[in-house]
Amino acid sequence: MSETTTEPVRAPAPPQIEAPAERTRRLRVGGLMVVFALIGLGLAIGTGNGDATFQLVSGDLQNNLVGVPAQPVAILLGALGVLAAVAYVLRRVPQRYAGWLAAVLGVCFIGAFLCWAAAGKTFPLANQFQGTLNFATPLILGALAGVLCERAGVINIAIEGQFLVGAFTAAVVSSTTGSAAAALIAAALTGVLMAALLAVFSIKYLVNQVVLGVVLVVFASGITGYLFDQFLQEDAESLNTPDVLSAVKIPGLGDIPFFGPILFNQTILVYLTYLAVAVVTFVLFQTRWGLRVRAVGEHPKAADTVGIKVKRVRYSAVLWAGVLAGLGGAFFTVGYAGSFSKDMTAGNGFIALAALIMGRWHPIGAMVAALFFGFATQLQSQLQIIQTPIPGELLLMAPYLATVIAVAGLVGRVRAPKADGEPYVAE
Amino acid sequence: MSNETATEPEQTPAPAAPVKEPRSSGLPSWAVQGLVSLSAIVLALVVGAILIIIGDDQVKTAAGYFGAAPMDTVSAAFTAVGEAYKALAVGALGGLDPISESLTQATPLICGGLAVSLAFRTGLFNIGAQGQLIMGAILAAYVGFAWSLPPGLHLIVAVIAGLIGGAIWGGVVGLLKARTGAHEVIVTIMLNYVAIYLLQWLLTTTAFKRPAREDPISPIVDANAQYPQFGDTRLHVGFLLALVAAVFVWWLLNRSTVGFELRAVGANADASRTAGMSVGRAYVIEMVVAGALAGLAGTQQVLGTDLPLTDGVAASVGFDAITVALLGRGTPLGTVLAGLLFGALNAGGLQMQLQTQTPLTLTTVLQAVIVLFVAAPALVRSVFRFLPKERGTGTVLAKGWNG
Repeated sequence: MSETTTEPVRAPAPPQIEAPAERTRRLRVGGLMVVFALIGLGLAIGTGNGDATFQLVSGDLQNNLVGVPAQPVAILLGALGVLAAVAYVLRRVPQRYAGWLAAVLGVCFIGAFLCWAAAGKTFPLANQFQGTLNFATPLILGALAGVLCERAGVINIAIEGQFLVGAFTAAVVSSTTGSAAAALIAAALTGVLMAALLAVFSIKYLVNQVVLGVVLVVFASGITGYLFDQFLQEDAESLNTPDVLSAVKIPGLGDIPFFGPILFNQTILVYLTYLAVAVVTFVLFQTRWGLRVRAVGEHPKAADTVGIKVKRVRYSAVLWAGVLAGLGGAFFTVGYAGSFSKDMTAGNGFIALAALIMGRWHPIGAMVAALFFGFATQLQSQLQIIQTPIPGELLLMAPYLATVIAVAGLVGRVRAPKADGEPYVAE
Repeated sequence: MSNETATEPEQTPAPAAPVKEPRSSGLPSWAVQGLVSLSAIVLALVVGAILIIIGDDQVKTAAGYFGAAPMDTVSAAFTAVGEAYKALAVGALGGLDPISESLTQATPLICGGLAVSLAFRTGLFNIGAQGQLIMGAILAAYVGFAWSLPPGLHLIVAVIAGLIGGAIWGGVVGLLKARTGAHEVIVTIMLNYVAIYLLQWLLTTTAFKRPAREDPISPIVDANAQYPQFGDTRLHVGFLLALVAAVFVWWLLNRSTVGFELRAVGANADASRTAGMSVGRAYVIEMVVAGALAGLAGTQQVLGTDLPLTDGVAASVGFDAITVALLGRGTPLGTVLAGLLFGALNAGGLQMQLQTQTPLTLTTVLQAVIVLFVAAPALVRSVFRFLPKERGTGTVLAKGWNG
């Protein structure tokens, strides 16, 4: 807008030219947004009387409560959401801010939904965020592992399997040694072992990577299940009583009201996760190795031509990914639940895969998607506690449905690295 | 046709070329594939034996005084492995009851495996057999317990409902793939979870929940809608339907025009498009049929073996079906054989667990390792050097995310 005044050379307000495909996409996405916004507004209108009370400190039912008049606030948020959606459809904002409209709609929708659910009740908001982070931590680590593999051109469906062996080893090593550090290192190492299977079979033996991923998940489930039956069940006392990591408060940051205790009074594994997001993003996009990883994932032949050792780069990317996925697995036992049980990761590896795709193969995107999935999962258990008419199962479906919608191209184009899944054979 | 032979000169001088092949034994390709599969099974049994030895108590105690009497450890190891595998074999094949149990276990695996195999041939990777099976089971069970129809008709209607349930769940995948290019692996994985949560939710509703029960279980399917059973065994007519389904898939792929298109699209989608075939149509048809096959597996579970609908109706059949299809190399006959093998492993594994306390999970490991080796023929060949080289890759190829 301001550009027209500073650069009078250009024609005033040049008509934005939109390709037909762009237009269809905008209308499709916009249509979906309007539908969502209207559902939000509908909920808002149907919101009961009374205040929606939000509990800001976990476990504290007396103080730190914030009450808002449920219906007016919900309607306000719902209307704002509708405005955002309509503005998107009519292209009322410059192109580069269009993405923000979706974010505004998302926040308004969730806000209106929470007001609707909590009208006349107390909603544990601190718990909601705390649980979101708990559910999201392994998802973020798993999705980062997927980002590393797939950016290098190796499809990783076996995240679930890496989680399982990581969870198993962490539980056993923590029980036998009593050392949290040893448990995490062991989990990372077995994650690397599983990753090595993935790497050798896909890079050396050229096995189809989707097939391989599926088989490795079955393998991991079988082997951890077998060892669990044979050893852990017989001798649970000494083999399956890991210490759950204790929370470490970061001085200063941990004292920030509301978000401080949620984000900065966590276990070492959660801090490692923050670190991993930053490191993977930096390494992938700012370092020479990262450039090579992306090169072999997009066009291995070109990379080979300029002297990059395609297979070596792929091996290193897949094995480093194993470290992350193994740590993600450790969260299930030493980071959260304590003891190991059979198939305890319960499909989280596949949600991590979904997060990676929703996040468009980008570490930050994957993290945001993982947080969204964690939010939905936690919301489901919260809503059961405060008893709303929404069946929990439908909320549990949300991540999966969202992913289907995403890959169907309704929400922007989702594009995998060009050579993802294709083994490279030098001629 | 004549054009194609002209553009592919590698095909015509074939008689002169085989000098390059180091060991082109005169074996036909099915025999080579059979040999590789057998070798893979042998290797898997070796891996299993190691696991049995590690987990066995007698071996553990004998290993405690290994220095004093090393042979004790060895003989204990041999006994442990021998007993476990004997129990496995007897439990799978030793008599009429074990055999009928093996066939019962194999029934849904064959149908599920066909659903995955058929997709392979069209170049799709159907990981969604689990979800399609669940949807089939939901509809079949609902018709089974909520409607009341005369004998015979009731079963037919319930089975058709199951087929439709699976076909819809599979068809969605084909349609999304054809219309938007959404990768079927991602969509099927996600729809699996949608189906299981849908099932769990339905089992809490009054329409599905058995009255006076708190746990998620439906009423028992009406006797008219149950598959008739053979004698006192758990084996039911659904097994015969599975064989019929296999013949149907063979006919569809090898003898029908539609099947020709499906295979052509699987072999080379671009070439098929150029030749005037509709690739999108092939994807939709293929996924509808595959979904219906998985739905049939769902009816076999709920109208044949389980009878009430529970949230464990699919167990891990839909996922085992993938390994079955991989072992069967995408052919109907191979899938039936692989289904029978895995059915036998499951049935035998239960007996093994009862008699020798070797956990059933061992069979899961065996199945995974078999398929892992089958998928990597080069690895098997590096162990068994006498195996002749296969032409082509041997494994069924599905493409990467962008394929």
